[in-house]
Amino acid sequence: MSQFDVTSIRAQFPILGQKVRGKDLVFLDSAASAQKPRAAIDAMVGAMETQYANIHRGLHWMSERTTEAYEAARDAAARLLNAGDRHEIVFVRNSTEGINLVAHSYGRSVLKPGQAVVISAMEHHSNIVPWQMLRDAHGTELRVAPITDAGELDMAAYEALFADGKVGLVAITHMSNVLGSYTPAERIVKIAHAHGAKVLLDGSQAVVHRKVDVRALDADFYVFTGHKLYGPTGIGVLYGKAALLEAMPPWMGGGDMISSVTYEKSTWARVPHKFEAGTPAILEGIGLEAAIRWVEAIGYDAIAAHEAELTEHALARMSAVDGLTIIGRAQDRGGVVSFTLDRAHAHDIATLLDRAGIAVRAGHHCAEPLMRRLGLESTARASFGIYTTAEEIDVLADTLTKVREFFK
Amino acid sequence: MFEDVRDLYNATILERGRRPRHMRRLEAFDVTAKGDNPMCGDRVQVWVKFADDRSIAATGFDARGCEISKAAADLMVEAVAGKTAEDTKAMFAAFRTLAQTGACDDCAEALAPMQPLAAVHEYPSRVKCATLPWHALIAALDGQGASTSE
Repeated sequence: MSQFDVTSIRAQFPILGQKVRGKDLVFLDSAASAQKPRAAIDAMVGAMETQYANIHRGLHWMSERTTEAYEAARDAAARLLNAGDRHEIVFVRNSTEGINLVAHSYGRSVLKPGQAVVISAMEHHSNIVPWQMLRDAHGTELRVAPITDAGELDMAAYEALFADGKVGLVAITHMSNVLGSYTPAERIVKIAHAHGAKVLLDGSQAVVHRKVDVRALDADFYVFTGHKLYGPTGIGVLYGKAALLEAMPPWMGGGDMISSVTYEKSTWARVPHKFEAGTPAILEGIGLEAAIRWVEAIGYDAIAAHEAELTEHALARMSAVDGLTIIGRAQDRGGVVSFTLDRAHAHDIATLLDRAGIAVRAGHHCAEPLMRRLGLESTARASFGIYTTAEEIDVLADTLTKVREFFK
Repeated sequence: MFEDVRDLYNATILERGRRPRHMRRLEAFDVTAKGDNPMCGDRVQVWVKFADDRSIAATGFDARGCEISKAAADLMVEAVAGKTAEDTKAMFAAFRTLAQTGACDDCAEALAPMQPLAAVHEYPSRVKCATLPWHALIAALDGQGASTSE
C-alpha cells in the first residue's frame, strides 16, 4: 500500500503473528472489534506495573499519577473529535452506553411526549432499542428514515420526516456496520438543525476510518467505542455540546458524580463527572489514550487512503467470485463488505473460512431490521483495519471460490 | 481444501441440508412452534400430528438457516417418528449431550439417526444450529408457541 508501510504496522500487533488452526491468521472482523497494537497493550500493563491507584480521590502520589494518565484520555478523545472543550467528553463503557445515556437523560428531560426521534433503516440494535424504550416509557414517537437499494440514506425521505415539526432528536449512524455506507453527516445535521432538532451520530465505525470533526459537523452528540479503535474494551466516549450536557440530569447515581450528599439532598458534580458514577474503567482509559495517540501518529489521511485502496481491491476481487453478491453499493463507503453466496448460508461460509484461518462475521450483525429491509436473513461480512493487506483479501476471494465449490 | 470439515459437513449433512426430505408444512397438525436463534438469525417452525395413542405420527418443518440446522431438523423428523412426547424429550437431552461432547453414555439406538451431527461439538459456535429444531419441537409438544436456542 502506498501511504504507509503495512508490514511495520502489522509488526506492532502481537496477535497477528498467531497461527489459527496451523494457518496464518487472516483477521477480517475488525468492525466487530479491532486487534490491539503494542502501544495500547504496554500502556495498560505499564500502568498496572508502575503507577496504579483509584483516581479523583486519593491524596497520594500513585492516585495523582493515575488520575493524570486517565484524564489524559479525555484530552486525547477531545483532540480526536476536535471537541471545543475536554469537559464535553463523557466516558462510558461503549457506544451502546453512550446512546442509552442520551436516551435516558436528554430523552426524558428535554424531549416531550409526542415529540419524535428519527433513526435510519441501517442502524445497529444499539441505536434502535434505546429509542424504543424511550418511546414506551416516555411517549415519544420513533421514526425511521428509509434507505435506498444501494444502501444510502434517502435524503428526500429523511427531510420529509420533519414536515410536521415534531422531530426533537435525530440519532443516526455515521457509517453502517453492515453495508459500509457513510451517511452524509453534515447534511443530516444541517437539515435537523433547520427544523430545530438535535443530532446524535453513532461513530462506532466511522471514527476508525476517517477524521471526525464534531465542530465542523456541528454534531450535538457523538459516540464511539474504544475497542474498535484499536483500544481496549470497556471504555467508550460520549461527546456532547457543553450546554446540552449541563442541562441534562445524571442517569446513574453514586460516588464520583456528586458535589455533596446528605440524606435530604445531593448535588451533582460538574460536567462530565456527573455522568461518571463510580470508579471508572481506569486502565481502559489509559489504554484508549495510547490507542488514540497511536492512531494520530499514523494519521487519518494515511489510514483513509490505505482503506480506500483495500476496499476498492476487495470490491473488485469479491465481485469476480461466481455466485457472490455484495450487499450495499453506496458511493461513499468504507472497509466493511457484506456479501452472500448463492450456494452457501453465511454461517456455513464463516465456518469454512475459519478452517482456512480467515475470521469473518456472519449473521444479522445486530441489525435485524436492516436485514429485513434487504430481504435477507443473514450475510457474511469482511471488515478491514489498519493492518489488513491486499494479499489477505486475495486469500479471502480465492477461498470463497473454493467454499462455493465445496457446496456444489 | 476443507477436508478437515468433512467430519461435520459429511455426505449425510450436505445431502439433508441441501435437499431436506421433510421440509414441509403439515396441512393437518395438532401442535406447532417456532424456534429462533436471536444471535445468528436462524429460524425454524415445526408442525406435529399425533396418532390416536399420542405418539408422533408426522412431523414437518420449515427452516431458514444454515445447512446444519436444516439437516438437524430433517434427521430429527425421522428420529422422533412414532415416539411419545416423553421419549422425545429424553432423546433431546441425549442429543444435546451428543452435540456438546461428541458422545453420550446411554445414547439409545433411537438416536442413531442424529449421529451424523456428532462432530458438531468440534464447532462450539454451531452447536445451537443443531439443537434449534429440537427446541422448537419440544416447545410444540409442551404447547408453547415459541422457543429459542439461546
